[in-house]
Amino acid sequence: MSNTPMTPGVVPQRLSRTDYADGFSDMHPPLDAHEALVAADRCYFCYDAPCVTACPTAIDIPLFIRQIQTGKPGDAAKTIFDQNILGGMCARVCPTETLCEEACVRETAEGKPVEIGRLQRFATDTALVTGVHPYQRAEPTGFRVGIVGAGPAGLACAHRLAMKGHDVTIYDARPKPGGLNEYGIAAYKTVGDFAMAEVDWLMEIGGITLVSDTALGRDVTLTELRDDFDAVFLGVGLGGVNALRAPGEDFPYVQDAVDFIADLRQAEDKAQVPVGRNVVVIGGGMTAVDAAVQSRLLGAETVTIVYRRGRDRMGASPYEQDHATRHGVRIVTGAQPLRVIGTDTAEAVEFAYTEETPEGLRPSAQTFQIAADQVFKAIGQTLAAAPEDLTLDGAKIAVTGMGRTSAAGVWAGGDCASGGDDLTVTAVAEGRDAAEDIHVTLIGASEIAAE
Amino acid sequence: MADLTSDFAGIKSPNPFWLASAPPTDKEYNVRRAFEAGWGGVVWKTLGSEGPPVVNVNGPRYGAVYGADRRLLGLNNIELITDRPLEVNLREIKAVKRDYPDRAMVVSIMVPCEEEAWRAILPMVEETGADGIELNFGCPHGMSERGMGSAVGQVPEYIEMVTRWCKQFTRMPVIVKLTPNITDIRKPAEAAAKGGADAVSLINTINSITSVDLDTLSPEPSIDGKGSHGGYCGPAVKPIALSMVSEIARAPETAHMPISGIGGITTWRDAAEFLVLGAGNVQICTAAMTYGFRIVEEMKAGLRSWMDEKGYDSVAAVSGRAVPNVTDWQYLNLNYVTKARISQADCIQCGRCYAACEDTSHQAIAMSPDRVFTVIDEECVACNLCVNVCPVENCITMEEMPVGAIDPRSGDRVDDAYANWTTHPNNPAALKAAE
Repeated sequence: MSNTPMTPGVVPQRLSRTDYADGFSDMHPPLDAHEALVAADRCYFCYDAPCVTACPTAIDIPLFIRQIQTGKPGDAAKTIFDQNILGGMCARVCPTETLCEEACVRETAEGKPVEIGRLQRFATDTALVTGVHPYQRAEPTGFRVGIVGAGPAGLACAHRLAMKGHDVTIYDARPKPGGLNEYGIAAYKTVGDFAMAEVDWLMEIGGITLVSDTALGRDVTLTELRDDFDAVFLGVGLGGVNALRAPGEDFPYVQDAVDFIADLRQAEDKAQVPVGRNVVVIGGGMTAVDAAVQSRLLGAETVTIVYRRGRDRMGASPYEQDHATRHGVRIVTGAQPLRVIGTDTAEAVEFAYTEETPEGLRPSAQTFQIAADQVFKAIGQTLAAAPEDLTLDGAKIAVTGMGRTSAAGVWAGGDCASGGDDLTVTAVAEGRDAAEDIHVTLIGASEIAAE
Repeated sequence: MADLTSDFAGIKSPNPFWLASAPPTDKEYNVRRAFEAGWGGVVWKTLGSEGPPVVNVNGPRYGAVYGADRRLLGLNNIELITDRPLEVNLREIKAVKRDYPDRAMVVSIMVPCEEEAWRAILPMVEETGADGIELNFGCPHGMSERGMGSAVGQVPEYIEMVTRWCKQFTRMPVIVKLTPNITDIRKPAEAAAKGGADAVSLINTINSITSVDLDTLSPEPSIDGKGSHGGYCGPAVKPIALSMVSEIARAPETAHMPISGIGGITTWRDAAEFLVLGAGNVQICTAAMTYGFRIVEEMKAGLRSWMDEKGYDSVAAVSGRAVPNVTDWQYLNLNYVTKARISQADCIQCGRCYAACEDTSHQAIAMSPDRVFTVIDEECVACNLCVNVCPVENCITMEEMPVGAIDPRSGDRVDDAYANWTTHPNNPAALKAAE
């Protein structure tokens, strides 16, 4: 520990070894077998259960919990994977407090929902450690599907297609597969290199070829893919980042929060990741919270999230907001950045309080400054480059039905596609559903051809 | 404040809560702890004849059935009568009774069905200063294979004979403990009455296998891969016991006999239910074995405050109060019409009532797209299943339809006149009587 939280500038090693180990340990430690039974006993096995309705992938939650109750966590895992092949990651990162657990009738009854997320993790972890992949491929169909993006949408799509006997090739711009599971999620939500292990396990179905370091538009074009494959699925995510559009944005350590989160995830030794003494995070979503909390865990003395609207409008759920404040993060709302102040490096950020006007949100004359030697921008991601020929819906690829784009034979899902929340679980659902639609389309076309 | 003192068949105790004959009453150490904890009396674990005592298995003796959160709902055992020498038990009984003269000390006995065996043991028990004896005609496992326990309790003639011997050979009150492993509980109770018994106690445990180990295929509790049926007790058996107690309490031949109620009593409420259905006192075992002796505090306080609320000043005033309300099905009022009502304020929208009614009953609950559940009176037969499966207490209730209202299910006007099956036009016997 060569530095302390008070050391000025952006430096590594602000804390002791133990502090790093504690800070980046599992955020929600797994349930042990006894805890899982106690938690499972609380499920009422509701009719047409609200938790299932609330789950974007519609996992049969009462069934899998009943399977845990009856001593069959492996069967429970199969119930989960049938709907959500990335059920292990979703158990870790889903905002369950705004999905299944918010809908749980015991939340209504007692304000304490069944711990669905942790039970799901118990079941899926049990299955993953066996190392046995629970699905087998159907007879080969001879069809070939190209997928761009090895994130949750692409992986879910690939697995479902492979299961149905199609041959799949996934292209990904990054060196490792997993997309945001690997690069975008706070380290303490997925410890022990889980994302990579989950992808390896998923790939065991067979029939999926992964091509890394290959980006759409740079190394391969949509036209080429449409020529080479019988169908194409785009799960490219949102590679671009919104700019601050404020003076001082070019100072060193005025960074995109997503890059910081990715670098931190990939860092073998968290102690070597530099962090500012005073960190300001601009934005109000999960990315802002992940960047802010992890800055504190790296030893930043002060961390402030500044969001332009009220708390109720923040993308981060109240649970996530509490998570941030519990870690000593200050949340300032109703203020927007005017400029980053500094000479060679950032020293502070000047903000103006905002006010709602008929023309929209406007900065008021009231300003203030917050000291900052590191500034994270977490004000939303955008589609990096819209592939040629595709109709957009706002800033995203327009899709209808089960992920059909405006181009024949091209589907899209996940964050890059219109509709749905930008959640891992939503991406999985969209990838899976697109695969079903691709399958029906390919098989249907071949049957018509055969007649 | 209500008086909890009890006089059961002439046996006095400071409260009506006795520990039943079972492991908790097998030793002086346990019984002293029980009396210190406030129990009104004990029935000492069953003594056998003089000589080498019985032996127990050296593997597990109990098997269990659990509810949610591993709450023990049912327990079964394959333990035999005391496996300690008779003289040790007698010495301890005497010592404890001497130190706790105000507590009831009843001794359970099981010896072969021979007059000599009873003639031999009774004076020895009497010499301890015990207040009474309980004849164990109930245990369904082990001893029954040797012609004792439930093997006696299942033959009314034996019950009468042995009871008569006991009344002949001892001045102590005789309580006959009955086995539920019989078709009609009134028959052995009548036999006990004919033999001169001062009281009956029931129920003893029920023949049972609690579970099977699906790896070894051995019934539980497993002794080296094999299992034997044991005696089932605990909260799960309470309904069976309540019914049997009430049958004896309302049968003219046995109504006069004091009944010691036994079977799954876990709280003051359970105890009160046994008392009002005809029990003069209660005996408890499984609840004590599950939670320890301290539960008697809750039982005494709860019973007393309930009695105060209702204005009952003594246990005797409570005993049997509900017996007139136990009747035969044929006398139930068929003009009593109720409908289920769901309190929307209390409903947590789990839909279990809907699943139960729609899948397995009368399709009498409607579910709206936004999960509001309502009763369809045209279909509701008031079966109560929705009430029973609802996880929220008092969320669904059965409301009586007012006299004069039209039952939308039958189209009939609700009549205030009492009318039962015996006079119903669909009853062939009733029609015949009318001719």
